[in-house]
Amino acid sequence: MRRLFTDTLVIAERNLVRLPRAPELLVAFTVQPIMFVLLFRYVFGGAIKTPGYSYADFLIPGIIVQNIAFGGFVTALGLNEDLHKGLIDRFRSLPMARAAVLAGRTLADVVTNGLSATILVITGLIIGFSFHTSVPHAIAGGALLLLFGYAFSWVFAFLGMLVSTAEAANSVGFIAVFPLTFISSAFVPVQSMPSVLRAFAEVNPFTLTVDAMRSLWLGAPAGNNIWGAVVWAFAIIVVFAPLAVARYRRAAGQ
Amino acid sequence: MVARLRPMSHDPSTTADGRSALRPQGNGSREAAVSASGLVKSYGSVKALVGVDLEVAHGTVMGLLGPNGAGKTTIVRILTTLLKPDAGTARVAGLDVVADAAVLRERIGLAGQYAAVDENLTGLENLTMVGRLYGMARADAKRRGNELLERFDLLDAAGRAAKTYSGGMRRRLDLAAALVANPPILFLDEPTTGLDPRSRLQLWETIEGLVADGTTVLLTTQYLDEADRLATEISVIDHGRVIAGGTPDELKDRVGGERLEIQLDDASRAEAAAQALASMADEAPGIGGDLVTVGVHRRGGAIVEAVRRLDEAGIGVEDIALRRPTLDDVFLALTGHAAEGDDEDDREAA
Repeated sequence: MRRLFTDTLVIAERNLVRLPRAPELLVAFTVQPIMFVLLFRYVFGGAIKTPGYSYADFLIPGIIVQNIAFGGFVTALGLNEDLHKGLIDRFRSLPMARAAVLAGRTLADVVTNGLSATILVITGLIIGFSFHTSVPHAIAGGALLLLFGYAFSWVFAFLGMLVSTAEAANSVGFIAVFPLTFISSAFVPVQSMPSVLRAFAEVNPFTLTVDAMRSLWLGAPAGNNIWGAVVWAFAIIVVFAPLAVARYRRAAGQ
Repeated sequence: MVARLRPMSHDPSTTADGRSALRPQGNGSREAAVSASGLVKSYGSVKALVGVDLEVAHGTVMGLLGPNGAGKTTIVRILTTLLKPDAGTARVAGLDVVADAAVLRERIGLAGQYAAVDENLTGLENLTMVGRLYGMARADAKRRGNELLERFDLLDAAGRAAKTYSGGMRRRLDLAAALVANPPILFLDEPTTGLDPRSRLQLWETIEGLVADGTTVLLTTQYLDEADRLATEISVIDHGRVIAGGTPDELKDRVGGERLEIQLDDASRAEAAAQALASMADEAPGIGGDLVTVGVHRRGGAIVEAVRRLDEAGIGVEDIALRRPTLDDVFLALTGHAAEGDDEDDREAA
């Protein structure tokens, strides 16, 4: 167990150290989310009615959740690359805890997600977002965000090993997750959607998580959103972590 | 092939393919560094290994020689615990590759054609990471990494990301990573594939240095000159089985010792030349245009004898040379023939 812990940290460190040296990844974590915030705030912001909130307040929790969900992309790309470049073989030939390869990878995502969420919050504060709740609430929101991102890292870990190339991992992940993030309360109130989409949006984990964030950061009525979001996150982990591990065993054992 | 289901025996006569030459010389009490028996592995309907027996003595170099897809990499993956065999057993460093896999991983090093290093980490970071995954403290791992970088002439590039390395440097870094824990047994999967001749030679010298220090090496290669240069023993692998084995010299002898190649002035005299030389060899000389080939038993005096005979018969010689068979000849002879032919050859050799 101690071995699993230290090996996980070594692998997580490896994934973080290499990040600044892959400029395209760093851009994905920093510049891209800022760009989206600015586009939504200033291009769509004027046209979208968000009763009770300014669009900046409405937008930031939504766009942060979307951004965090995609944070696991690095895991999909990285695992795919490791498999094809033989690094997984190297790891498996070492006397290390085998689970550490996946655990370290997803743990590194938590750090990068935290970084990218911080950048987004700062950007938000500059364009007019503000916290309407207490510090503990705001921190709880941050924790929920990281938990949600962690859950999606396992989804991406699975997808990354399911497909044959890094490019395919990219597009499959995008096609699977992008619509999910849009058919939710992230960018527009779900009440404005046609009834079929609205029915989907209301049970979508993104909607629950975004609404939970809004209650933790803006003081919106919480309902069951917070518990719903936590349950969703754990459910995703319970389903996708074993899938990813099984896939890892299969992919590596050939 | 019947013999594959039987356990390894020290009696050479029990293996149908006559691989007696693979047995370590003497010292029967000490377990071999690597021993495998009856390894079988399939991927779906593709049979990668159909029954492989191997034995590698301590301190020697075993070369697995064979074309792409012969099963060499599968053997290495099984011996390094990356893959479980469908049937058969293998022991490395006295440990079972399946039952004792976790302990075994501390005693072996694996490097290969993919040069499995993290391109975004520096040379030192790569080695430090591997050291820490072997359970070393960070400072120890770093010290060991620096030692290896110095030994492999990579110290100048220690702080550079591995993606800036040349192919040869990357391969050396990969090999260094395999040596972090000082493993007594090293597995090299096509260590020089894709390298330029200079890097290749460098890597050969490095491997020879490791062997001189007592490391046991099992390497796979498609290159006959590589096996010839590095290997103490060679196992020729084809279609998932060992089709022949022995020292490089033994394998060459199996193809029929040395050959005298005589190029004639006049192709029309080839028959006459073959007749004049016939008593020098067991088999009838081969004729191809103006080239006559004679298998000879003894090197000494063969050229002089041949020239004298041809001179007496009044046949002009353009060129004459004694050629040792290369492993290319061995390989073609072994894989080009049907299996029953191989067995015939093997029994003769044994």
